[in-house]
Amino acid sequence: MAIWADKNTKLIVQGITGSQGAFHAKGCRDYGTQVVGGVTPGRGGQVHEGFPVFDTVEEAVRKTGANATMIFVPPSGAADAICEAADAGIALITCITEGIPVRDMLAAKRTLANTRSRLIGPNCPGIITPGQCKIGIMPGQIHQAGKVGVVSRSGTLTYEAVFQLTRLGIGQSTCVGIGGDPINGTNFIDVLEAFNRDPGTEAVIMIGEIGGTAEEEAAEYIKREFKKPVAGFIGGATAPKGKRMGHAGAIISGGKGTAEEKFQALEAAGVRIARSPADLGSTMARALGK
Amino acid sequence: MNIHEYQAKQLLKKFGVRVPEGRLVESGPDVEGRAEKAAVELARERGNTVWVVKAQIHAGGRGKAGGVKVCKDLSAVKAAAREIIGKTLVTPQTGAQGKKVHKVWIEEGSSIARELYVGVVIDRAIAQVVMMASTEGGMEIEEVAARHPEKIVKVAIDPTTGFLPFHGRKIAQALGLSPEQTKEAVGFFGGIYRCFTELDCSQVEINPMIVTQDGKLAALDAKLNFDDNGLFRHPEVVAMRDLLEENPQDVEASKFDLAYIALDGNIGCMVNGAGLAMATMDIIKLHGGEPANFLDVGGGASKEKVEHAFKIILKDPKVKAILVNIFGGIMKCDVIAEGVIAAARELKLEVPLVVRLEGTNVERGKELLAGSGLKITPANDLTDAAKKVVAAAKG
Repeated sequence: MAIWADKNTKLIVQGITGSQGAFHAKGCRDYGTQVVGGVTPGRGGQVHEGFPVFDTVEEAVRKTGANATMIFVPPSGAADAICEAADAGIALITCITEGIPVRDMLAAKRTLANTRSRLIGPNCPGIITPGQCKIGIMPGQIHQAGKVGVVSRSGTLTYEAVFQLTRLGIGQSTCVGIGGDPINGTNFIDVLEAFNRDPGTEAVIMIGEIGGTAEEEAAEYIKREFKKPVAGFIGGATAPKGKRMGHAGAIISGGKGTAEEKFQALEAAGVRIARSPADLGSTMARALGK
Repeated sequence: MNIHEYQAKQLLKKFGVRVPEGRLVESGPDVEGRAEKAAVELARERGNTVWVVKAQIHAGGRGKAGGVKVCKDLSAVKAAAREIIGKTLVTPQTGAQGKKVHKVWIEEGSSIARELYVGVVIDRAIAQVVMMASTEGGMEIEEVAARHPEKIVKVAIDPTTGFLPFHGRKIAQALGLSPEQTKEAVGFFGGIYRCFTELDCSQVEINPMIVTQDGKLAALDAKLNFDDNGLFRHPEVVAMRDLLEENPQDVEASKFDLAYIALDGNIGCMVNGAGLAMATMDIIKLHGGEPANFLDVGGGASKEKVEHAFKIILKDPKVKAILVNIFGGIMKCDVIAEGVIAAARELKLEVPLVVRLEGTNVERGKELLAGSGLKITPANDLTDAAKKVVAAAKG
């Protein structure tokens, strides 16, 4: 079992004729994902790297039955691509693009609220259900199928966590990178709710970082409703205030959103805390009683 | 990106927000003469013989540090300009080293009846723009929030409707403005909102916003920050960037699309991915060390990028050891190893270098490092890397 992405997922890639889009479309296909085509306006009818290309998402859905999309459109057009996918009825939209203006995301998020689409990202590594479906840029080979759900705001730090888990023989149900931007489509609580319902997920690793209050809100939710063991880490304990640490969302303003506040909130919710990023896997193992 | 107060005021003025008029005087020969000329012109144009000479640096708290002078005659304006330009201001926001003043804004004096606060930010939790205001002008909003949260009024603005007149009326009422001022306030606040959204700001703060003695509203100070991701739409804003206000290493890094932030420690860090970069800083500290910087080489780091990253790290004389921590997913470890070796050779690297590689082609990467003949300490995992680099920095 898994959440949102599995062997039945039919994926298209928006921006498939760009170098990143094409490279990762192949990467996902090689992993075993059903990549049924791609969209690049003006390139409809062509075949690129073996993938049929369509002019619009609506046409791609009509002709391939796609129910998921992975977006590699450059920042200036990415919000447009997200809204187009939602309009075409795509259930799962994963936006990898980094650098989308916040203003564009505010409008896109408002549009998505009136649709049934789920957006993961932007500025994220994507989502993977090991052994079934990879939608994103993560290295597939470090994953192993299993029963621990992973949710994270970071890319490479998620790989670190997954790598540690796999090395300890702990497989993953689904790993979701929700992205490092201040405005994103799916937050920690959305993912936790899905993991809570998923019988294939027995425990969860949650990796947060400084900035905003999403981790505190997730901690409240965990305390209130989450039934499975959770291990957690927050990146950025040593970050100076008011500086943007690579991710646009990772900025501490006026003492809000510090790592310490987040660690405390998680601890108060019964989450097993890893104070060192090197202990992500072992903390999960302890939470599982291994 | 940040801009100066005088630039922020020019932008706000375009959106119909009233600001005091002024003239800019930069460092260079005959500061006094140019300051006097600016003050005379301003007085002629505005019929006002009170001036305020304000230091222009990218930091708040200038008044208390001696960077703002109210002047009642031309000799005082000249003296203030001479004194402030070239001075290093130390404020709570500049850090201990302070910031050198390169320009002053000479502004017409304002007759102040009330000092208020208005700011605009993005509330991530509801994904909307929020305007907040308070009667406690001049005070930091964080301080007001901590001590008198009841004195802050907030309105969330739906992106589909934008700023509506009732938003303005609601804030005006909370600030105790008169009916006449409320009419003006709707336009004033609406202008601030439009400036925020149309220019892709990440934050606007008018502190203080004033009510003048003749009942008019004006922005006496103004701070605008921009969403870097939106700058491609605003060349006129990009042109306002003042490189003198930025850390030279930050400027260098941004040229090569590297995310670099200078810190106070002595361990240089090079990491791929922002989250892992932050976590690497954390683990260094956990093992008793202090990071000298945050540096994210990004997902697609090339040999050249790695080399530039090294150069930037090494420009910091505090750096006593360097840790390279790469989790190669899309990036291949052997390519990274080649970049590290080339950079270490070219730069004749003398500080100890600890390298931790993991992920795609890791074995090949480790072989390359071991066979390079360079003094590179390999690390097996994150903890090992942190311990080794902390020990190396202590010498």
